[in-house]
Amino acid sequence: MHGPLTPEPYRVVGRREEVGDVVTLSLEPCTDGASGTYAHGQFNMLTAFGVGEVALSIAGSAGTSGLIEHSVRDVGAVTHALCTVPAGAVVGLRGPFGNGWGIERLPDGPDVVVVAGGIGLAPLRSAVGDLVVREREGRGRVFVVAGARSPDQVLYGDDLDAWRLSGSDVVVTVDVGTPGWEGPVGVVTTVLPDLAFEPGGAWALTCGPEIMMRFVARALVECGVEPARILVSLERNMQCGIGICGHCQLGPLLVCRDGPVVPYGGVADRLLVERGR
Amino acid sequence: MASDGDAVIDRHGFDALIAELRRRGFRTRGPVVRDQAILHDEVSSTGDLPGGWRDQQAPGRYRLEQVGGPELFGWAVGPASWKSEFFPPEEVVWRASVDDGQVTVTEPDGTTEPVALIGIRPCELSALDVLDRVLQGGRVVDDRYAARRAGTFVLAVDCGAPASTCFCSSMGTGPAAGSGYDLALTELTDGRHRFHVRVGSPAGAEVLASVPREPVGDGDVAERRGVLEGARAGMGRVLDTDGLPGLLDGNIDHPRWDEVAERCLSCGNCTLVCPTCFCSDVDDVTDLSGSVERRRRWASCFDIEHSFLHSGPVRASTSSRYRQWLTHKLSTWWDQFDGSGCVGCGRCITWCPVGIDLTEEVAAIRAGDRETVGDAS
Repeated sequence: MHGPLTPEPYRVVGRREEVGDVVTLSLEPCTDGASGTYAHGQFNMLTAFGVGEVALSIAGSAGTSGLIEHSVRDVGAVTHALCTVPAGAVVGLRGPFGNGWGIERLPDGPDVVVVAGGIGLAPLRSAVGDLVVREREGRGRVFVVAGARSPDQVLYGDDLDAWRLSGSDVVVTVDVGTPGWEGPVGVVTTVLPDLAFEPGGAWALTCGPEIMMRFVARALVECGVEPARILVSLERNMQCGIGICGHCQLGPLLVCRDGPVVPYGGVADRLLVERGR
Repeated sequence: MASDGDAVIDRHGFDALIAELRRRGFRTRGPVVRDQAILHDEVSSTGDLPGGWRDQQAPGRYRLEQVGGPELFGWAVGPASWKSEFFPPEEVVWRASVDDGQVTVTEPDGTTEPVALIGIRPCELSALDVLDRVLQGGRVVDDRYAARRAGTFVLAVDCGAPASTCFCSSMGTGPAAGSGYDLALTELTDGRHRFHVRVGSPAGAEVLASVPREPVGDGDVAERRGVLEGARAGMGRVLDTDGLPGLLDGNIDHPRWDEVAERCLSCGNCTLVCPTCFCSDVDDVTDLSGSVERRRRWASCFDIEHSFLHSGPVRASTSSRYRQWLTHKLSTWWDQFDGSGCVGCGRCITWCPVGIDLTEEVAAIRAGDRETVGDAS
């Protein structure tokens, strides 16, 4: 039995190049007994052996195969190593850590608004999958807003199409349009007022750049959504995932332990406006 | 007031205590004079302790001087805190061998013989309690810390010689050891050199029972009281903790943070000498054979890399980093771990190269608190 700082070896059984500099890895434990269960919105610590470790949100499991999926954007030494790891290679995994969106506890009825910016859709992907099923079963509607820099940067296009086909309201907006783009152009907040959701009782889940989440939350509050029902997924430097390395502090929060999902009202509303926190 | 089992021992009795602990398999670690400071090392008898030494501490200043005399604990605290016994400045947390698509991960054995802390100060003992909460009191336990910490024998020594930078009275952690010890000694030097011994655990009682000792007399009790009263009166600094977490939380934009940042070098000395600072980094180190080591080492929130995200540091300014450190110690530590992160040992004041004094910074923030003085700032 290994300690909480020691990764388990996982084999890369699938590797899919997404848009831009994002790669999605499908991982399978090398040893029996490693648990594949997680809650939507939790994260793992992934090790590229010899390079280092990063915190990555769980982007879902591929079908019913029990594989863990992570979408990695190539932004630093470790993520670069993970993005270029070949299928069949072994990476290290610890987790899952943190809380999740808690959609399992959602009552039937209220609408759910999901707003994602760029790769912020990754920790929401599996949650939306369940919310789409919830809508199909008549237990509450889901509205998905995904923002991207440009049409060729829209992540999880197949998933967005599938959710739309299933009957859910899916809006994709881009910062800069290209010839042939017929969807909306503008930041995610510009399309929120046009969503036909019922704000009273509604829940909102959002993940993206902090400044985006701040404006999304403010816009949703203006639409009439209760601040405590707006959930944001925070990101900070993390080196342990278990609340002992101190890096992910945000005021009173240890983001890895108390988050990454926290309510905007009463917690994040104050933290997200402070400089340098 | 003398309790059951309390006793008085002389220096020979103290030597016998150390010998008995060693006989029982403890590594006996205590204060020694080295490199012109009080540091920690193995001690096999009271002859290894800093007999006849005093320390002089002030903001940005630490000097040891030999004054002679029998006193073994005539100093306050040195730069080394006891956290390094259980949470080393650097350690290997795992090793992996990568060979032909197979990865084997192993952990170095973290178990050691239990340690007996000889002469730990009350503020230090409180600091260990703070670290215990952080590293082994949560949902996930730092197994390496817990393995080293298990079975620790605590022989505390009440503080009779606080420094000018000390404020344990304000933090409620000293000068007398309150709890968490096996044995707590108070050094008495009036007339005959001896130690008043309080028993804090069955293990402590057992060890004490094996050494030559005398019953506690009225004179011993009175002298002990005098030592502690003297320590309280000689405490160099005061920190007003009344409503402190809320005060700091409500003054995140106080101009004092920018003022202190003009003096702060962001060097991280305060975090290295702090007995409760627990931040750590991990680094992976490789060699040509394909083996990988992950090393964990102490980190500091004054390091600009500490808050690094893909787009740069979250706390880019010295002001925001000083504020993070101080508000964490005195305010958000309560939210995170239900207690104060500061025990009042004063090391951060003494070892700050420019002598920044957190008690002074807090007082300045309190004096300029918007809630109480309006928007005068």
